[in-house]
Amino acid sequence: MKRSLTLEIALTHLLTKRKQTVVAMLGVTFGISMFLVMISFMTGVNDFTKNLAMEEAPDIRIYNPLEIEKNTIIAKAAPDTTGNLYVVHHQRPKNVVPKLRNAIMLAQSLEAMPEVKGVAPQVATQVFFNNGPIRITGSLQGIDVKKQGELFTLARKMDAGQLIDLLGINDGVILGYGLANKMNVGIGDRLSITTSEGSILMLRVVGIFSYGLADFDNARAYATLATVQKVMQRDPSFITDLHIKMYDNSQAKAMAATISKRFGVHAEDWSTANAPLLAGESIRFAMTGIISFTLLLVAGFGIYNIMNMNIINKLKDIAILKATGFESRQIVGIFLWQSAIIGLLGGIVGLLLGYGFCVALSHTPFPGGSVVRIATMPVNFNPQHYIMGFCFGVITTVLAGFFPSLKAAKVDPVQIIRG
Amino acid sequence: MPILQAKQITKYFHEPETVQVLKGVDISVEQGEFLSIVGKSGCGKSTLLYILSTMDTDYEGTLNIKGEKLNGWSQNQLARFRNENLGFVFQFHFLLPEFTALRNVMMPALKLGKYSYAEIEQRAIDKLRMVEMDGFAHKMASKLSGGQQQRVAIARALINDPAIIMGDEPTGNLDKVNSQRVFEIFQELARQNHQTIITVTHDQDFAAGSDRIIVMSDGQIVRE
Repeated sequence: MKRSLTLEIALTHLLTKRKQTVVAMLGVTFGISMFLVMISFMTGVNDFTKNLAMEEAPDIRIYNPLEIEKNTIIAKAAPDTTGNLYVVHHQRPKNVVPKLRNAIMLAQSLEAMPEVKGVAPQVATQVFFNNGPIRITGSLQGIDVKKQGELFTLARKMDAGQLIDLLGINDGVILGYGLANKMNVGIGDRLSITTSEGSILMLRVVGIFSYGLADFDNARAYATLATVQKVMQRDPSFITDLHIKMYDNSQAKAMAATISKRFGVHAEDWSTANAPLLAGESIRFAMTGIISFTLLLVAGFGIYNIMNMNIINKLKDIAILKATGFESRQIVGIFLWQSAIIGLLGGIVGLLLGYGFCVALSHTPFPGGSVVRIATMPVNFNPQHYIMGFCFGVITTVLAGFFPSLKAAKVDPVQIIRG
Repeated sequence: MPILQAKQITKYFHEPETVQVLKGVDISVEQGEFLSIVGKSGCGKSTLLYILSTMDTDYEGTLNIKGEKLNGWSQNQLARFRNENLGFVFQFHFLLPEFTALRNVMMPALKLGKYSYAEIEQRAIDKLRMVEMDGFAHKMASKLSGGQQQRVAIARALINDPAIIMGDEPTGNLDKVNSQRVFEIFQELARQNHQTIITVTHDQDFAAGSDRIIVMSDGQIVRE
């Protein structure tokens, strides 16, 4: 009964000062809707860039890195001369064969591990793509067509032709969209490639892919393992990379360490290979957090001001309520209800408005240019953000109303009534 | 036993400089008494009334109402005590402007929570009828004239059947006709309901009609 009495007084106050109530509500509404737009767009961009890099990137990559021999050969030759210091200036890297040893066996053992979804072997090499007088450098990747199709998104990124067309023809190639454009070739056209060792091979274009990332689309081509092994003049066991896809990629870091240890190979996980990308993401996330927090804080200050004014206008009412027996708790209740109602209503409208903005934004064309190919702004619709924004908004409002309410409870009725 | 007994009430104002406004006032009021406190402006009569009303707790001396010693009670305890046992009528009527006359009258009873909602509403209408304001029950308080508002304020003071009704210049803002009406209501309360009335007033006629007059000067009672 008493509780509903304070609520009734609160509602009456709100309804008689409709304009003021709406202004206070709008503060919360804009705070929350802008928070939603910011965080949805930011996480949308984050997910988009992450996906671009993630989908095609292996969770763990096994390859032979170039390394400088730590122990100098002279130390090896005379191991008993301990205490001596050998200094070798300008040591050259030793000749590392990019071939992974026992790659096929290794792939089989890796695939037997329960966390591993699959392993795709690759042969990667730098080549010149030639069409008439044009020579463009790029990378040619020999892939296991079936495995690549299963584990990675290449098959879905085809602009023209199909990934499996590689299998139907000898010496077929799939070119990146940008690369094909530069050389002005299409499906069925032929082009030649030159390796750094000087061997030349004619390839026929069977497909064009586009990831939407210039790095890939302008400089990469795929062919079968056999084709690339042939142009490199290597045997069929020649594999340079093993690309591992896991069921749970958050385990990649630990898994990479396990693989390195167990098989004695260099295994690099996704987060290590893409550290700058992840750093960018956390910076964006921190910025979003700070700006959103500020927005809601400003809304909170607005409500603080309005509630303060409200209480100054209502000093007489507070005095009379106290004189007729209302306790401090109930005076606090009256004004806390008001800010809670403002917060709740403003919050609900803010959620709807924020959702509306997000929908509108997700239909806005995105000027990606030639760097990324994307039609509209990437926007995330995550219910968690909506819950978070709403809770945060309501909590800020209630807090903003709480301190003025305490002030109201401290009003001395005698001073007000006697004037 | 007196319904209200105050002993050696002493109070200082500290702003702008320390002044003693009440100099050991003793006062004792019986149930059903209609008491008027008169005196020149600044003699401390209003200050005394607000101490007796329990709203002002910054004083020395003892205060007993209905056999309860109220010194040292918390603000919330005193608020509950006022709610149940004291009714107030002020010079400026102080109704809640956003509520109807009826709602204003009901408010202290809703706070007390002793009766059901329907009973409270019925009682409020009865009280409004007593001050001849039942016809205006559903009008907004802000739409009533000064005299009407004052009568609604009296109905509000009566809603919980308080033992003591206190008035700070209850007719100070009213014309002759309305003043007379307020006086009659107070007299009726004292005579018929045996409720105690304590008012501070400048109104000579009003004071003259009451059962007992206390004259104050310079923080002391000079004549009864």
